[in-house]
Amino acid sequence: MTTWNEYVEKSGTVPEWPYPIRYDKENEITSDVLILGGGVAGCHAAISAARNGAKVVLTETGHAKRSGSGGAGVDHWHGAVTNPCSKVTPLDYTQAVMECAHGYSNGIYRYIICKEGWDTLLECEEMGVQIRDVKDEFKGADFRDQETKLMFAYDYKNKHVLRVWGYNIKPCLYKEMKRLGVGIYNRVTITSLLTEGGRQGARVVGATGINSRTGEFYVFKSKATIAATGGAGRLFSFAPEMTAAGSMGSMNGSGVGHAIGWNAGAEFVLMEQTGPGRLTGFGYTPYSMANTSNTYHGTPIVDANGKELPWFDPYGKELKTVLERFLPSPEQKFQLGIGIGLYYYLKQYVLNDLTRDLPDRIRNGEFALPLYADLTRMPELERRVIFGMMVGNEGKTRIPIYDQYTKAGFDPDKDLLQAPVMIPEAYQNSNFWGGTPIPHLRSLAGGGFLVDWDLRTSLEGLYAAGGAPIFGGGCHGESHTAGRYAGRKAAIYARTAAEPVVDRKQVDAEKGRAHRPIKQSKNGVGWKELNYAIARVMQDYCGRYKNERTLHHGLRLLKELKENEAMTVYASNPHELGRTLECLSLMTVGEMVMQASLARKCSSLYLDFYRLDHPQMDPPEWEKLLPARLENDKVKVRELSLDFHLKPPYTSSYEENYGLHAK
Amino acid sequence: MGSMLNERRFYMSDKVYMTPNPPTPNKGQKFDPDICNGCNLCVEVCPTDVMMPNPEKKKPPIVLYPEECWFCAACIEECPRPGAISMAHPLSQNISVNWKRKDTGEYFRLGMKNPPPPNTKPPSGD
Repeated sequence: MTTWNEYVEKSGTVPEWPYPIRYDKENEITSDVLILGGGVAGCHAAISAARNGAKVVLTETGHAKRSGSGGAGVDHWHGAVTNPCSKVTPLDYTQAVMECAHGYSNGIYRYIICKEGWDTLLECEEMGVQIRDVKDEFKGADFRDQETKLMFAYDYKNKHVLRVWGYNIKPCLYKEMKRLGVGIYNRVTITSLLTEGGRQGARVVGATGINSRTGEFYVFKSKATIAATGGAGRLFSFAPEMTAAGSMGSMNGSGVGHAIGWNAGAEFVLMEQTGPGRLTGFGYTPYSMANTSNTYHGTPIVDANGKELPWFDPYGKELKTVLERFLPSPEQKFQLGIGIGLYYYLKQYVLNDLTRDLPDRIRNGEFALPLYADLTRMPELERRVIFGMMVGNEGKTRIPIYDQYTKAGFDPDKDLLQAPVMIPEAYQNSNFWGGTPIPHLRSLAGGGFLVDWDLRTSLEGLYAAGGAPIFGGGCHGESHTAGRYAGRKAAIYARTAAEPVVDRKQVDAEKGRAHRPIKQSKNGVGWKELNYAIARVMQDYCGRYKNERTLHHGLRLLKELKENEAMTVYASNPHELGRTLECLSLMTVGEMVMQASLARKCSSLYLDFYRLDHPQMDPPEWEKLLPARLENDKVKVRELSLDFHLKPPYTSSYEENYGLHAK
Repeated sequence: MGSMLNERRFYMSDKVYMTPNPPTPNKGQKFDPDICNGCNLCVEVCPTDVMMPNPEKKKPPIVLYPEECWFCAACIEECPRPGAISMAHPLSQNISVNWKRKDTGEYFRLGMKNPPPPNTKPPSGD
């Protein structure tokens, strides 16, 4: 038997909860460095902090061996520009990203990634991740350096993105954490940060959490804390029955770090930036369909009659050979990859792509649907590296795609994989498995903790790591590198930091709040219905287009949800309690997005942000960051220049700032 | 092999219970009770805690929250007994996965009744 329904029907009994219920038990755990979130950023932070001499505790909503959005694997690694074959410098890469984002990204984060991404990957290699073609399977391929056996993606000339065999990267990190004696607390849903004297804006001295199997309450005391809590995929879009199979974001992603940081008084920026929710899961299983994006970059696509779709460079030159698709055009210095938290690319850095007028050419009948990926048109090693190496190591592809498809008889040497059949406009984006875009579904896109050159937040004792918690963050590899850096800085801070003193009143108040859902009459709603309602408010009142009124209405409705329905939401067991508490965090993240959206009184192409009451696009006086925080529970917004990271108290040079802070 | 619970078939005369509709997706993963020995390693590592240990020892876990499964296959990678767990992507996904044999023009899909012989080439790095 497999499901609950089957069990009940066959046994005639409802199974009892399998774990001991201990709602009344409180545990106190003390550490030098506390890491919230056991995804790739959190695990790498833990390893780094432990190697720097700290006593480390890590908490994870799921299980740190496998969980997190990057927990299912990785097939290529961005930003390792100091690898021995790279022709790109950290400054080139950072400036390219910042230019593309029109300044709305994080120069600190990008520069650190570039300086340490390769070193971080070498550490992963030591832990057991294959990063070289040691078996010479790809000997002689255009994307392989014959001496180092490193393999490259996207831009074969500049060699700054590496192809890696990362399907087992998470178990490797986990093993190293265990070896280093990191205290790992799985199945803990974090509910709040603890601050000195319980004051908003004071030094962070720990966190509270609930075990989602036993209901036990945890008080974590720490000299330094790192938020590595991932994104908030459930904020705008919640329909897991339909979408979880198609999502690249973990179901656990509920913006907990953002919410607890906000409540503790930390500053956030760019929370108003949301993007089209292409990967929210309403499309198809990741990498399951013909497409030419990301892992499938360079794949030949043919129409139903076998006619191949042309590829072009960004300047309109047709690319006749497969190899040309992987080379920059003469006008370009190098090409940036995709999936790095960048939502706008300048021509001089963008990848080659299928003909950009594809929707029109489908509409006028030139190309007949369905389209297919014809990997047989590629040289054998190019075909194998896409379907076999990348599909096989990227997250959610080894078993879900490679294993299932080959067992079912799919053979990339013989077969054409079909693309989804969609409206013509949906083929504008070469990531066809993302499906037809749904305009009102958005996702967070770059907003997070404002951090300094130590990756410290605006609160003493609180650091941030990972693509989602840090503003302007990016991809899998970058999350490792940011985690490694934040772990080191937190450990160094902890060496001289005062002992953490927890405020009992703050703990008791939090415990009362966290336990409320188990003490309900069950006349209220459950966590899923609450989550659907939160997503609906976000879709309706904080979509791509908004104005002062819709945002105020949205804030009012979130407040009503918080004060009414959320006060009577019930949880029947610790699992439901954990999910309910995540929903409470989601509501806070929703408020953060709406407050940030109210503060930006203009529209912006680069932020994909449209204020119907302030339609002027990117007026110069609004080209700035708007850090927002809570002070005595009131929202305070200030202004900060886009290049604050190169202004006093910092120096004007990336390299100097890095040199002053990295060690 | 297998207990009464696993082997029993239904008859028209069986008792009928009030149960909610089958969940969506129905399963997330399927267990082969002849291979699974109920070690619960999959239960232990599942990132979203989809499965619960079976009250009956040595039996496959119960998929309690299939809608929280994001199909990462951690359960299968963790499983020490190959074949004990297989993925059960939602039917809406499997029906979407189609391919065409280039030289014959034959159409295939994931989950079809008479599939072509398996392609036995392992992934790179295996």
